[in-house]
Amino acid sequence: MFDLTGRKALVTGATGGLGGAIARALHAQGASVTISGTRRAALDALAGELGERVHVAEANLADKESVEALVPGAEAAMGGLDILVNNAGITKDNLFMRLKDEDWDTVLAVNLTAAFRLSRAAVKGMMRRRFGRVVNISSVVGATGNAGQGNYAASKAGLIGMSKALAAEVASRGITVNAVAPGFIESPMTDALNEKQRGAILGTIPAGRLGTGAEIAAAVVYLASDEAGYVTGHTLHVNGGMAML
Amino acid sequence: MSDIAERVKKIVVEHLGVEAEKVNENANFIDDLGADSLDTVELVMAFEEEFNVEIPDDAAETIVTVGDAIKFLEKNAG
Repeated sequence: MFDLTGRKALVTGATGGLGGAIARALHAQGASVTISGTRRAALDALAGELGERVHVAEANLADKESVEALVPGAEAAMGGLDILVNNAGITKDNLFMRLKDEDWDTVLAVNLTAAFRLSRAAVKGMMRRRFGRVVNISSVVGATGNAGQGNYAASKAGLIGMSKALAAEVASRGITVNAVAPGFIESPMTDALNEKQRGAILGTIPAGRLGTGAEIAAAVVYLASDEAGYVTGHTLHVNGGMAML
Repeated sequence: MSDIAERVKKIVVEHLGVEAEKVNENANFIDDLGADSLDTVELVMAFEEEFNVEIPDDAAETIVTVGDAIKFLEKNAG
């Protein structure tokens, strides 16, 4: 089940905890993986760990030209692109009334506009090959909202709407488009929380623990697989019961 | 019939799975040949590939019949 041998994947934000876990999981199922991120050293370290079937593509997703070079580069390196995982995401949190235009614009550009441009580019080749998987990494916050994250929540909700619209357009060509919405996941960001903050968060999660990157990656592997070919336009919530949607 | 016309018709027949005799110059991709809007995008992509030419979006919108495609490509291809 969920064998990805011969499939070619592009994962953005692969230097982050979540993106790294997703790249590892796709690779472990047999896929070739192009890992993209802003930090060259971290990309090279991950590539070294994975060994074969890995390509590195440094990219700044806030930059239009950098985004537009990514899919053609990945297609050239791997000889095609079957799986696109739009994982890259940033936060610039602030109370809504204090949110600056540039904090709004940057978060939307990286989290949503880059995913739009990459999906638009990737779907072209996928249509020709009559197979494709686009997986957009959203967030529980995209469905529930969260104080202090107006820009981030908007971008993550935007990914869900965009996934559904694109899914409807390309379903007849063997391409599925889905979202995965993680809840609270163990990461450098959550490691930085103090005991009190941690306790407060855990109190809202029926599972009583944070999720792991591997648990999110498993959802991505499923949606990328041949077996998930009839699942499209869906948002798979992986949040320990924090929000049952 | 020009070489370009032949190649255009071959692409249309292959892509839309229609009978060759239906693919005349007056045939409208959507009304006569059963294409959906996504098919028309794919046809334009196929023409671009076959003739190694870029078809801008505003030009693509004017290509609604087989004859439109042939005329555009005769003017702009190789």
